[in-house]
Amino acid sequence: MKILVAVKRVIDYNVQIRVKEDGSGVVTDNVKMSTNPPDDNAIEEAVKIKEAGKAKEIVAITIGEEKAQETVRKALAVGADRGIHVKVDNVIEPLAVSKILKKIVEKENPDLVFMGKQAIDDDCNQTGQMLAALLNWPQATFASKIEVKENVLEVTREIDEGLETIEVNVPAIVTCDLRLNEPRYASLPNIMKAKKKPIEQLNASDLGVDINPRIEQIKVEEPPKRKAGIKVASVEELVQKLKNEAKVI
Amino acid sequence: MSVLLIAEHNNKEVRPFTYNAITAASQINEDLHVLVLGHQADDVAKSLSEVPNVKKVIHVDNEIYENYIAENYTAAIIKHAESYSHIVSSANTFGKNLMPRIAALLDTSQVSDIIKVISEDTFLRPIYAGNAFATVKSNDKKKCVTIRPTSFDPADKSGGSAEITKSDPAEASSSTKFLKKEEVKSDRPELGTARIVISGGRGMQNGENFKLISDIADKLNAAIGASRAAVDAGYITNDHQVGQTGKVVVPDLYIAVGISGAIQHLAGMKESKVIVAINKDGEAPIFSVADYGLEADLFEALPQFLSELNKLNTIQK
Repeated sequence: MKILVAVKRVIDYNVQIRVKEDGSGVVTDNVKMSTNPPDDNAIEEAVKIKEAGKAKEIVAITIGEEKAQETVRKALAVGADRGIHVKVDNVIEPLAVSKILKKIVEKENPDLVFMGKQAIDDDCNQTGQMLAALLNWPQATFASKIEVKENVLEVTREIDEGLETIEVNVPAIVTCDLRLNEPRYASLPNIMKAKKKPIEQLNASDLGVDINPRIEQIKVEEPPKRKAGIKVASVEELVQKLKNEAKVI
Repeated sequence: MSVLLIAEHNNKEVRPFTYNAITAASQINEDLHVLVLGHQADDVAKSLSEVPNVKKVIHVDNEIYENYIAENYTAAIIKHAESYSHIVSSANTFGKNLMPRIAALLDTSQVSDIIKVISEDTFLRPIYAGNAFATVKSNDKKKCVTIRPTSFDPADKSGGSAEITKSDPAEASSSTKFLKKEEVKSDRPELGTARIVISGGRGMQNGENFKLISDIADKLNAAIGASRAAVDAGYITNDHQVGQTGKVVVPDLYIAVGISGAIQHLAGMKESKVIVAINKDGEAPIFSVADYGLEADLFEALPQFLSELNKLNTIQK
């Protein structure tokens, strides 16, 4: 089996976001960037499946500016075999991303495509489902457990009411939740080895898909700030404040 | 043109967030139709026909819609999409799973998780875990939108009498099979709609200690939440997780216990009306959003909190 894993470079989850004064977006210059957290889970799961002898090859793909390659390099360091970097100059929408991924899937013929369930920058939660629709493949979203069986996957999904288990035929798209596994750290020797693994570079413009934006971002602003609160000295004071001041109990 | 809302239900009852989504959908356009895909879900169709904001209910009854198989749902929705300018649903795990599949087939760039309707094509939505708000305008002819339910009040449930029309099912997918659902049953209010939420974090140290939280939840008729750290550590099940990748809650009172306040957690609760933080680390970021902060050991504070609540005789339900 061959697994394609899509990874995205985003502002690191620990960075305090700052909105640009002109309302055009958020500050990304000199800000720490990392792999989107659930994409790390997607790579880890693919590597575990390969280690269990159920997959032969893992291809990591990213779409983004030149530096987005770092996320592919990281995936190679934890166990992906080779990488693909599709270059785009601007931020593109999930619909455009899924159209690019579809082209790559048609070229690579993977049995499975894994990715994180949501990117923590735009918080869209769309790409996996869109790719599944465009390929007419089954989708298993928000996966917290994956069992690879004969030509099918049994996937446990995290849903609002609890957990749901579905079975999907291969080929399939799986979007990964944070509880799917514990992503490993790359060892130094593996980081060195990863530098020798190939990353194929492509230009989105050569793939013949429409990646023009459909959504206009009119402005980005800071959310309303909460008024500073107070510290209370005791539980008794807290309960009195909640009852008499905030009137919520 | 009209708006088509996809109802979320369990074949017997309408799931509560559908009513919040109805409010938002009718702000987009008053001609709101609701699509009920289900198996023997006549009660659901009837309940929705009584919602004054709903102008028409389309009911498709077939066993292939008993569970939310996105592939099956999508095929049926696409059949009806032609006559609508907007397809909408709530932005919970139901709508998040479903809507992008529809949008891609309609070649539409979806607008996810809106918190405000500015006009038919312009919406406000949080990005970066709610640390920025983006005003976005969709230029697609047909729009697919998911609605953050807690940002809209639920619609009135009675007084209307919309027409219910039956419609035929679409083809079922043979590549996805529902196996089982493990639902956590609880007598407590639902986390997403509770008036009071009390949440525990890593500071709880283990699952048994959540008893301290549930005792207070019982007293306050509150729902129980948790940080991702507490869920990851196995103290409590995933359906309790509040945060960027869990549930977003906006209760009147949110009590965070032993939660440090990582950005991802704040994303799920910082719009709450009143926030209380109980944490022994006075520097914990949770205090920056708390209206009332108590720097204390939770193992001492929670039993005291319960006994103080017991002294009050006017707990509002």
